Amino acid sequence: MIINLRVWRQANAQSAGKMVSYRVENVSEDMSFLEMLDLLNEDLTVKGEEPIAFDHDCREGICGMCGVVINGAAHGRASSPVPTTTCQLHMRSFADGATIDVEPWRAGAFPVIKDLVVDRTAFDRIIQAGGFISINAGSAPEAHSVPAPKIQADRAFDAATCIGCGACVAACPNGSGMLFTAAKITHLAMLPQGQPERYTRVKTMLAQHDADGFGGCTNIGECAAVCPKSIPLDTISALNRDLMKSLFRKDGK
Amino acid sequence: MAITGLIMVGFLLMHMYGNLKVFLGADSFNHYAEWLKGDILYPLVPSGVFIWVFRVFLLVAIVAHIWSAAVLTGRAHAARSSKYAVTKRLSQTYAARTMRWGGVILAGFLVFHLLQFTAQVVTTGFQAGATPYDMVIASFSQWWVTLAYAVWVAIVCLHVRHGVWSALTTLGANTSPKARAFLNGLAWVIAIVLFVGFMIMPLAVQFGWVK
Amino acid sequence: MTVTDFFQRGADIRDTKAPAGAIEKKWATRKFQAALVNPANRRKLSIIVVGTGLAGGAAAATLGEAGYNVLNFCYQDSPRRAHSIAAQGGINAAKNYRNDNDSTMRLFYDTVKGGDYRARETNVYRLAEVSANIIDQCVAQGVPFAREYGGLLDNRSFGGVQVQRTFYARGQTGQQLLIGAYQSLERQVAAGTVKMHARHEMLELILVDGRARGIVTRNMVTGAIEAHTADAVVLATGGYGNVFFLSTNAMGCNITASWRAHRKGAYMANPCYTQIHPTCIPVHGDTQSKLTLMSESLRNDGRIWVPKRAEDCAKDPRQIPEEDRDYYLERIYPAFGNLVPRDIASRQAKNMCDEGRGVGPAVEEVDHVTGEKRQVRRGVYLDFASAIERMGQKAVETKYGNLFDMYAQITGENPYETPMRIYPAVHYTMGGLWVDYDLMSSITGLYVAGEANFSDHGANRLGASALMQGLADGYFVLPNTINDYLSKAPFDKVEQDHPAVVEALAAVNERIGRLLSIQGTRTVDSFHKELGNIMWEYCGMERTEEGLTFAIGRIRELREEFWSNVKVTGVNEDFNQTLERAGRVADFLELGELMCVDALVRRESCGGHFRAESQTEDGEALRHDDEFLHVSAWEYTGAGKAPILHKEPLEYEFIELKQRSYK
Repeated sequence: MIINLRVWRQANAQSAGKMVSYRVENVSEDMSFLEMLDLLNEDLTVKGEEPIAFDHDCREGICGMCGVVINGAAHGRASSPVPTTTCQLHMRSFADGATIDVEPWRAGAFPVIKDLVVDRTAFDRIIQAGGFISINAGSAPEAHSVPAPKIQADRAFDAATCIGCGACVAACPNGSGMLFTAAKITHLAMLPQGQPERYTRVKTMLAQHDADGFGGCTNIGECAAVCPKSIPLDTISALNRDLMKSLFRKDGK
Repeated sequence: MAITGLIMVGFLLMHMYGNLKVFLGADSFNHYAEWLKGDILYPLVPSGVFIWVFRVFLLVAIVAHIWSAAVLTGRAHAARSSKYAVTKRLSQTYAARTMRWGGVILAGFLVFHLLQFTAQVVTTGFQAGATPYDMVIASFSQWWVTLAYAVWVAIVCLHVRHGVWSALTTLGANTSPKARAFLNGLAWVIAIVLFVGFMIMPLAVQFGWVK
Repeated sequence: MTVTDFFQRGADIRDTKAPAGAIEKKWATRKFQAALVNPANRRKLSIIVVGTGLAGGAAAATLGEAGYNVLNFCYQDSPRRAHSIAAQGGINAAKNYRNDNDSTMRLFYDTVKGGDYRARETNVYRLAEVSANIIDQCVAQGVPFAREYGGLLDNRSFGGVQVQRTFYARGQTGQQLLIGAYQSLERQVAAGTVKMHARHEMLELILVDGRARGIVTRNMVTGAIEAHTADAVVLATGGYGNVFFLSTNAMGCNITASWRAHRKGAYMANPCYTQIHPTCIPVHGDTQSKLTLMSESLRNDGRIWVPKRAEDCAKDPRQIPEEDRDYYLERIYPAFGNLVPRDIASRQAKNMCDEGRGVGPAVEEVDHVTGEKRQVRRGVYLDFASAIERMGQKAVETKYGNLFDMYAQITGENPYETPMRIYPAVHYTMGGLWVDYDLMSSITGLYVAGEANFSDHGANRLGASALMQGLADGYFVLPNTINDYLSKAPFDKVEQDHPAVVEALAAVNERIGRLLSIQGTRTVDSFHKELGNIMWEYCGMERTEEGLTFAIGRIRELREEFWSNVKVTGVNEDFNQTLERAGRVADFLELGELMCVDALVRRESCGGHFRAESQTEDGEALRHDDEFLHVSAWEYTGAGKAPILHKEPLEYEFIELKQRSYK
């Protein structure tokens, strides 16, 4: 296959960027999208040009490090029949000779570091603000001392599969990080161990979300549509319920 | 945003219901308008007071709604200062996408609407001081008023389509994918009911079924 | 050259920290004997933790909870990305929730046996002992393990053991455990006890008076080379499977932190012990960047075969009649069939492909000795046709649906219709830096945790034990042993102008300068791929003296070429991924040689690897307890000099040595 790429190139956070065109030859349809970028980078390196910077690590769809906007959709979701991360998108999803636009996540809370690489440390700060259960190693009670109903435990698991890739923010017209925040709130709120801090957590995490410059949620639904782990939109509603309850509780003030 | 929005949706439903009184004849309609202005809660409160309390309440809701929208829009713009070269929409509805500009256009029409029927500063084929029934008949007998009104109601209903779903979700009602489908359906139903309810009367006037 | 030319013999070494006495009492005794640090003094002490996976993340969080000042580093953009996240299967713990004769003793026994009697008894027993605490800790953190309708935890049997002791969270156990550790870690970051340095790569260890006192890092965004000092250093930097280029490791996994420590005096133990996983998705071509593992549970119902005749290999498998198929595992091992251990399943797959009976796309391979090129198909069929017939498609879907989906997404083939293709891939490295019972390396004050140490798995690792070991080290072992060393601290403060710091900074700067100045014609990846090919071919599943000797020579040439012809674009003072990779590959080129030397010296078939010169009459692995019942700990002696081999004899007091048999 031959693929024509238009890739966002930006030297660093301060400089302006632009779309640059490349032609990639000898692309096999079994390659992953990132392997196609590898191929281009090998070629650029040999020519003495600077390769395209992009984040990636596990390349099996679980670490959450990769993520670019492909043809206007985060992780190339529009080109894939199933929810996917960028690393699990394969070139057989594209036609020979296709022109593909590749851009970084664009959000105020995710400034570009270089080319397709963005800074997602804002997500870590949201977790620091309360996305945990306060338990020190060594002080845990016997695992079976508190049963957790299976239905809730399964819902907790579904929310906990979030990989923190940031596609939800990238896809949101408001640049909101609500799906990410709500996934963590739901994960912990569904488990008995998460109850003591439930109503403080929702307020502190949301305050940090807003402080980090994420936009507000207007329930558009683009986030859930691109989520590689299919985190459901209803987690946001669950967050809102906890938030409202917290307004009437001492521990939530 | 959600609460003020739902207050206005509630008001619209009432308003629409009141409009339909036009089919019961001039007396009924005028009497209804009179009751609205003067007689609600009378004699618990003096005549004509409740309407002002209600107007202030609605105005606060509108101002709060616009203020929230402005804050959200400001945050969204800051959170999305750089634009994509290409955007592919996967899930968003036309209604969701047009909430902001749609809202601004709505507000403009609303001002016109109040100047027309409440303050009667802008008159469309009737004399200031005419009875409500005459005002309605005179206005909607003109094709361009009906058309403008139809456009406006369409925008209102589009706004309501996303607004009802979004407000209920924000208030925590979206509990599952099933609930999501239900809420979206409910929003559609309310929007369509409002559109039909608001358009029957002007069309009836326009086509001379009500005189 | 003969084997003895490649190394020198050093004195035997021993672990001096494990106390004497009954094995059940050793850990309690050690915790009691260890010197303590007063809680008020902990905040005056600092600890560097490199890595944020299960071992590093758990250690940093726990040491932070204890009140130490922790400096934590990772090369990814967030600590949540560490590759522990990719572990699928589960985590073992001797809870005996199933009332099926499980116990600490049995987990201990299974782990030692699984490691083919090449692990240290004391460490393994402790691992089994703390395993139950790990589950308690993780549940309390909110890890959503699979549960039954009664609300209690579900267990399954894993990796061929006969008890159900594996806890799991669907196929994402590693992810959930890592997120648990990450959340605890972020809680400590918020509390101010842990300072997180993401996108920082450790490039050098700082030694002062023989003690590990700091590290040099490169800020991967700005390129700034910085020295960080502390009272102790913990490496939890994972395994080195990427020396093979293609592995199931993440792209960034590397040996650099461990290798820099090794060059400064930390012994590297059993570097040739690698685990090769039989059920991975095969290579699609020469641009493949990594391999993806599918859970071994597939072998419970799938049947593995290749065509009997090489000329059938290009055919559609559905067109090959039953009588022309060779279900080779069922044929050779009638008792265990498709469920033979990982190493046997892997090696037999390679044998079939070497014979020319592999399936899938033909890929060009170069014989490194003769330079001859040939087309080889690297894959065997894993067929569910009979399982679908027996259980129905619905049941197969319920049990394996997510794995089938994953296969379909990667290969574009429908595994319900055509048999899947699988091939072995490097998955885990049992070798690593040598540590004692306290997890301290041969450098005073340098601790090593998780996959980075040579640890508890001997010559092969039991399924679902990697997660257990990482968390055991991080939550429970290290925080109870490092205090023994820190009780003597604080040590003299090491300022930025200390000669040792200045020297370490200069060494890093000089090395980066060299990499950038070569400006040759070959890319970093091309060297990495060639190294990987050599390692896979000669130091992979099956090794021979001839092959290993050849490989060492070839790696040396390749290393020389690397340092004279590599092309690294850009500058240091920038986000420069080519430069990052170049540094890692340079270290892999040194590690690869040591792995081959280690494999060459260990002339026995054991655990995950097969040495052709050591086999039974019917071609099975033959261990040599008389000669090799020891840990090989290698000491670095300088560039181009033969390393020194120190043996740590292994003593089995509590478990009887047995030769395994699967026929």
